[in-house]
Amino acid sequence: MPIHYYIVLALALFSIGVTGVLTRRNAIIIFMCVELMLNAVNLLLVAFSKMHAAKLAAFDMAGNVGAEAQIFVFFIMVVAAAEVSVGLAIIVMMYRNIHSVDVNFLNRLKH
Amino acid sequence: MNLILLAAVWGIVMMLSGLFIKKKENAVQLAFLGSLILAGGCFADLHEYAFIHSDFKGLLAYDKFSHLFLFIISIALILYIWLTGKEVVKVGNHPSEYFALLFFVMSGAGLVTLFNNLLILFLGIEILSIPLFILTGSDKRNLKSNEAALKYFLMGAFSTGILLLGIAFIYGATGSFQLVNYMMQGTEAAAIYHHIGLALILIALSFKVSAVPFHFWTPDVYDGAPTPFTSFMASIVKLAAFVGFAQLILNGFSSDSARIQSVVALLIAATLIIGNVAAVYQQSVKRMLAYSSIAQAGFMLMAVFASNDMARQGLLLYAAVYCLANIGIFAVLTKMKDYTYEGFNGLAAKNPFIAFCLTVFLMSLAGIPLTGGFFAKYFLLAAVVKVGGYLWLVITAVVFAAISVYYYFKVIQAMYFKPASDNSGLITAVGSSFKVGLLLAALLILLLGIFPYQLLLDVLTVY
Repeated sequence: MPIHYYIVLALALFSIGVTGVLTRRNAIIIFMCVELMLNAVNLLLVAFSKMHAAKLAAFDMAGNVGAEAQIFVFFIMVVAAAEVSVGLAIIVMMYRNIHSVDVNFLNRLKH
Repeated sequence: MNLILLAAVWGIVMMLSGLFIKKKENAVQLAFLGSLILAGGCFADLHEYAFIHSDFKGLLAYDKFSHLFLFIISIALILYIWLTGKEVVKVGNHPSEYFALLFFVMSGAGLVTLFNNLLILFLGIEILSIPLFILTGSDKRNLKSNEAALKYFLMGAFSTGILLLGIAFIYGATGSFQLVNYMMQGTEAAAIYHHIGLALILIALSFKVSAVPFHFWTPDVYDGAPTPFTSFMASIVKLAAFVGFAQLILNGFSSDSARIQSVVALLIAATLIIGNVAAVYQQSVKRMLAYSSIAQAGFMLMAVFASNDMARQGLLLYAAVYCLANIGIFAVLTKMKDYTYEGFNGLAAKNPFIAFCLTVFLMSLAGIPLTGGFFAKYFLLAAVVKVGGYLWLVITAVVFAAISVYYYFKVIQAMYFKPASDNSGLITAVGSSFKVGLLLAALLILLLGIFPYQLLLDVLTVY
């Protein structure tokens, strides 16, 4: 399959994520949308990794080209997991204080 | 390299020490010891003595500039813990953990400064920001702190997503995450990926360094976070992000610099205008400092804009002066009863020494001659002039630096020319060690203002 399909799919997922972050008001849904953005990037990285490998395979010199992008994906997953643990803790902390996860409550700092 | 290792190890030490430390003050002492060790490690690095002599197959790159910068922030960390350590302990019930997170942030700062691969840049930025999300929300019962933490977290995660998409596109264009390879590739598709990737990375890093129009989270987060941690965010973390930004453009995308310059020039102008004008209208000194940090970001972006040797030297000087001044001001701010301008009324009559040090810090931020801030601004402006063709940017910067004098001097005016009232002044009398720390910071700023070359820049040529 041409690389364009993967790029379009990844960008579509990413855009859904961005739209969600900008329009939704529920902290947990915003959070899910951020995860969607990160996973769209994972998809794109894997697609590019295969693309570069396939380019060089034509000359029979692929070796482990593209492996670093796949390793990058693992790093993104690990960091995303760390972010989830911190983010959910922050959301729970907020829920304890105001019994809501609606980000419209967040206007105390506006003067 | 030493800094990354030592900071990570000392972070773990601090974390475990929470089990054994009964008195909260001991956590401060342990953290202070750690910061001394960090500074020692950075000093050893400057003399090319490292625990591990390896660049990890090109993942890291060492040069004098980054080692000197790390030395500066390790000195800043010493002063930070010296002046603000006691306030950090008062934020909540877990002092050792707060310091542990601060040390992890230092480790991230090391990665962001020394990276030579986009993977390390990404990891560094994450290690820099994730502990800060926690520290921002560490005042758990305070709704403002909660709100700031959530905002910071959501904006941080969002900009990370954008950064990653940019990195993915750069990878698509070049097939590598190493910085040196980013020359333009032949094919048309690769050129398009390259441009998209570069634009996205610029946007994401502008978020991290809070350049206008990506600055809207900064005032709220700086205002809501517990003041000791705002101090850390506004000084060390901000500068680490800037050095990462400058290193990325200088080492990775120097072939694109002409294309980047016009965009960054607009960013700088917008940042200077919005930051300075908004700062004029603030009632709270803490919020004013948040906007002033945006305005200072405009100046520091000039290092990204010019990316020549002059700009690097300027950024180093700016790093030293800005860190010292901000840590000093926030250290005094944590001890104030009231964060508004009225809170500073009559401070000079009651505490002349503290008022004097504060005056030095504020004048340095405003860029008055004889303080280090003047030369820091001068070097960056000279770097822009050297690039040529952007005189309007220099003029804008000078005009808005003059405007910034207004809101910095409002604090000085309140201290010296207004009578004290009930809710102005310090909460308690300050100890002599606090005064010595403040004096040290003020002296360093004055010395940097009189002998900038001798103290800092000669070091670059000596090595």
